[in-house]
Amino acid sequence: MSKHISSLAPSVVVDTAAARVAVSQLIGRISLRARTNENGGDLAAVGKAIGLELPTQIGTRAKAEGIEAACLGPDEWTVLVPLGQIEKVEDALAALYPSLPHSMTDITGREVTLTIEGPQAAELLSIGAPRDIASIKVGQARRMLFDGATVTLWRDSDTSFRMDVWNSFASFLVTTLETGAKELAAELA
Amino acid sequence: MIQIHCPYCGETLPELEFAYAGEAHIDRPVSPTEQTDEEWAEFLFMRQNVKGPHFERWRHVHGCGRFFNAVRNTITDRFYTTYKAGEPRPDLATLLEEDNK
Repeated sequence: MSKHISSLAPSVVVDTAAARVAVSQLIGRISLRARTNENGGDLAAVGKAIGLELPTQIGTRAKAEGIEAACLGPDEWTVLVPLGQIEKVEDALAALYPSLPHSMTDITGREVTLTIEGPQAAELLSIGAPRDIASIKVGQARRMLFDGATVTLWRDSDTSFRMDVWNSFASFLVTTLETGAKELAAELA
Repeated sequence: MIQIHCPYCGETLPELEFAYAGEAHIDRPVSPTEQTDEEWAEFLFMRQNVKGPHFERWRHVHGCGRFFNAVRNTITDRFYTTYKAGEPRPDLATLLEEDNK
């Protein structure tokens, strides 16, 4: 597992009537690239190794036993794994290399997750996202642009989101979200 | 803002998520060592610089990350269509006719 070098510590960034932004606990992450090949290697084997059925449509997600996967591209997934299980999952995937060549990279230390929830969470996200947040349905995830940085946004309900951001952008994006949450709350008051 | 349809995501998204990647349908010569300097320069540098409908590559860089092809009018910025990389070049006359309807 890649070591966690520098990132924001888990904490509540801002908590207003409009939205609450917090930095989540560290979680294991795997970037996975794979596809069914001509030599009989089947993509379904990858899902089996992880312990869930890999979603194949871009933006869709699957979850089983604490492990979550989102399809980000035609042959690309992000898999979130509890820290205690990540080595087991990596070993299971590594065993597939001979039959199904693929790319598995541990990106645990690359990103930090922000949780954004509250009645105006979607409005808060709209300050930095060119795309329409409403086009991301509950239970989906997308890689998209937010305030100049590429992020992965997971929508868990109408009013709660998780945003995976690279560590190098994290403090900047947190400041954007903090300012936005305060402004939205000021409008409510 | 221009909205671009990504053929891989199946969604029409703001242009800020995309990056332009030059003219489309330019094949790299199979054996570069057999090329003369002139032929190689032609492949590397010479582009059509079309005024009007242009076949070009785009990349959904802040999304699925895929390269795809598009037909865009370089005067009006109108996208007539987008299609996956590797698919054949669509017939321009048909595209323009459909667009006029």
